Amino acid sequence: MTDEYTDNKIETKSADSSSGSYSPPVEKIPAQEAPDQELYHAKSFWTKWVFCQDAKVIGIQYALTATAIGMIGLILSWGMRLQLGFPETFSFLGPATYYQSVTMHGMIMVIYLLTALFLGGFGNYLIPLMVGARDMVFPYVNMVSYWMFLVAVLVLIASFFVPGGPTGAGWTLYPPQAILPGTPGSEMGIVLMLVSLSLFVIGFTMGGLNYVITILQSRTRGMTLMRMPLTIWGIFTATVLALLAFPALFVACIMMTLDNLLGTSFFMPEIFTMGEKLDYAGGSPILFQHLFWFFGHPEVYIVALPAFGIVSDLISVHARKNVFGYRMMVWAIVIIGALSFIVWAHHMYVSGMNPWFGFFFATTTLIIAVPTAIKVYNWVLTLWRGNIHLTIPMLFSLGFIVTFVNGGITGLFLGNVIIDVPLSDTYFVVAHFHMVMGIAPLMVVFGAIYHWYPLITGRHLNQTLGKIHFWVTFVGAYAIYFPMHYLGFIGVPRRYFEMYDSPYMTSGVGLNQFITVAALIVGFTQFLFLYNIFTSWYKGETSERNPWKANSLEWHTPDYPPTHGNFGKELPVVYRWPYDFSVPGSDKEYIPQDVPPSQVPTAKAEQT
Amino acid sequence: MSQFDIEKLPKGSKGFMYDWGSDQRAFKGVPWGKAMMWIFLLSDTFIFSCFLISLMTARASTVVPWPPTSDVFALTVFGVELPLLLIAIMTFVLITSSGTMAIAVKYGYEKNRKLCGWFLLATAIGGLTFVGMQAFEWSKLIFHDGVRPWSNPFGAEQFGAFFFMVTGFHGTHVSIGVIFLFIFARKVFRGDFDTGRRGYFTSMKSDYEAIEILGLYWHFVDLVWVFIFAFFYLW
Repeated sequence: MTDEYTDNKIETKSADSSSGSYSPPVEKIPAQEAPDQELYHAKSFWTKWVFCQDAKVIGIQYALTATAIGMIGLILSWGMRLQLGFPETFSFLGPATYYQSVTMHGMIMVIYLLTALFLGGFGNYLIPLMVGARDMVFPYVNMVSYWMFLVAVLVLIASFFVPGGPTGAGWTLYPPQAILPGTPGSEMGIVLMLVSLSLFVIGFTMGGLNYVITILQSRTRGMTLMRMPLTIWGIFTATVLALLAFPALFVACIMMTLDNLLGTSFFMPEIFTMGEKLDYAGGSPILFQHLFWFFGHPEVYIVALPAFGIVSDLISVHARKNVFGYRMMVWAIVIIGALSFIVWAHHMYVSGMNPWFGFFFATTTLIIAVPTAIKVYNWVLTLWRGNIHLTIPMLFSLGFIVTFVNGGITGLFLGNVIIDVPLSDTYFVVAHFHMVMGIAPLMVVFGAIYHWYPLITGRHLNQTLGKIHFWVTFVGAYAIYFPMHYLGFIGVPRRYFEMYDSPYMTSGVGLNQFITVAALIVGFTQFLFLYNIFTSWYKGETSERNPWKANSLEWHTPDYPPTHGNFGKELPVVYRWPYDFSVPGSDKEYIPQDVPPSQVPTAKAEQT
Repeated sequence: MSQFDIEKLPKGSKGFMYDWGSDQRAFKGVPWGKAMMWIFLLSDTFIFSCFLISLMTARASTVVPWPPTSDVFALTVFGVELPLLLIAIMTFVLITSSGTMAIAVKYGYEKNRKLCGWFLLATAIGGLTFVGMQAFEWSKLIFHDGVRPWSNPFGAEQFGAFFFMVTGFHGTHVSIGVIFLFIFARKVFRGDFDTGRRGYFTSMKSDYEAIEILGLYWHFVDLVWVFIFAFFYLW
């Protein structure tokens, strides 16, 4: 950002090469604009580890809670796959439970696992460390954010135990069916779901405000926006999206709760059930779809953008090369975020819309492919002629790129109205969104955990288990989702409890069984990963400081792993971007962000 | 802010980007809490926008006539039916409380403890009056006119649903504001912002800046009311 505008960066009067004599460069360190943050120092076990105000601990709390509920989502998917693959052998599910599993699996994975893990988990842990802050700007609010999230999760779990069970309306919760008898969980299940979502939004807003303000207002000296790691850019933009998109979900939840409990008709048209006319009249189910997808589409990018950011950093560090086109990457993230607000109705092509709307939304949807493609090219160009270390984070990053391209290309199919209409509500859609916003971001989550685990615990994860985890997950994901594309093409509808001997399945016989076996194996591997995480916490190989030789601030704290307050007595000063790997002229292989130019006088370029 | 020269920024949007992306802070000289409140209000704006856009959709798509609002919200005083009388008073009270809030912020920055506290109290009482009148309006509609969230005698049933939901949601905002106004009035009178007394929950020191942040919230709630007023009562 500050290449030409010198007043705003730390000035370097580097050695004048023409004069021949070397004078040590002088660095002008900007004054600290805000007084140093006063921190809450925990006095007891409870305030230190349970009701904790340290963003690092809150991040781990978020991550553990999200993982725990995510495991429930994983197990639900096993039930679904057993039913689909072997309906005669495993008949324990039944149609109602099947729908409930579908619904809860979707909702848990998208919101309670991925959103909470990326923003609550990685966001909390990494933002203060990477921008050079002592903590989030309002640690108390941050703590309340986690506890709201936990309550939301508990309410969600409670819905499994109420009469009628959890809602089975599909994760989109479309009215009128979501709150009418005949849909499983239409009694208490749907109410608890809506309450849980509302609590999640409230809790997230508290956390999200913290992330945004910490990034905007609490960076350390020298940390301009264009020197931030792309991880932070991804998390930042995703948080902004969440703060603007979750309100629509919140409003939709409130209105549907009122429809259900008070008998209002926001979303309910005049309707008969079991031959009986209900009291509802005049509401618009399409209104709910608009509200839901105004949230729902940005939600895709709330999950994807942090993944984009993190993977850029992983690729750069593990290929020992600077990110290709850093500014382009930043702008791509921001543009994708902005565009994501004007594409929502591509989820509603078959809901009945004015054809011109379909035209508009198809156009905006396809425009998103441009910044997204820029990012993919830049990742590939970052790898190009890089010193690629095939570490586990790098393997997962490579897996991400391939998977994301696959899922993205099927997105081009579904973004076009005429291609979407026949493919809508088939397994092609299931395969598409699992690839692009399920597997691809999860690849980054895994890579990021292998990458930052040493920072958090001071120990490495077991490498052998990690390699097994990667290969089984990567190959297994393709074994699961490639056949699903085919099933979609031959017209197998999604959300069907059982296909029986329908003509759809003529050339797809055996595919469902194959997918189920693959899904069970991949699912089991995730438990192996958890085992790895928990055992390595105590038994893992001790990691030296900064094991990946990364430049960003989180690896350069005085204490390793970082402690409360992050940076010891004085906050670091940043002189460069975090991607100074193999800088021409420098004898150092990498130059951390807080190394002043005077220590690397021969480095050719001071990057911003 | 001070340490670099605005004059030297490149002209146009480029200068804006340089300024925004500069060292440490995007909003120069803006305290964390204030920035946070602005972003929160932006998010809250989306909530109210969703409510009001939903209302517009309902009104645009209803096949049953929308209730004649000037009759529904009329008040009979001394035998004369005056449309929108109560709402006019409510709006006046709320806008006035915005004025007293602004004065409280001013005295806060002048560290005039007494006057700041009194004007905060006046604002709180204005807010309380507003909520009280809203309760009166609700009870009149519910018990006198028979308006319910699920039906009403005047026309489209979405009227009652949206009315109670949106004014209720706004009323909740006002009530939360009133609670905080009372708490902060007490804090000011006790001199918390002068002595650096620590907060009960956060155990952090606070400053008269907090009054301005509360003021932002209060002005926002008033501004939202103007829109609700326009959409429900005038349209």
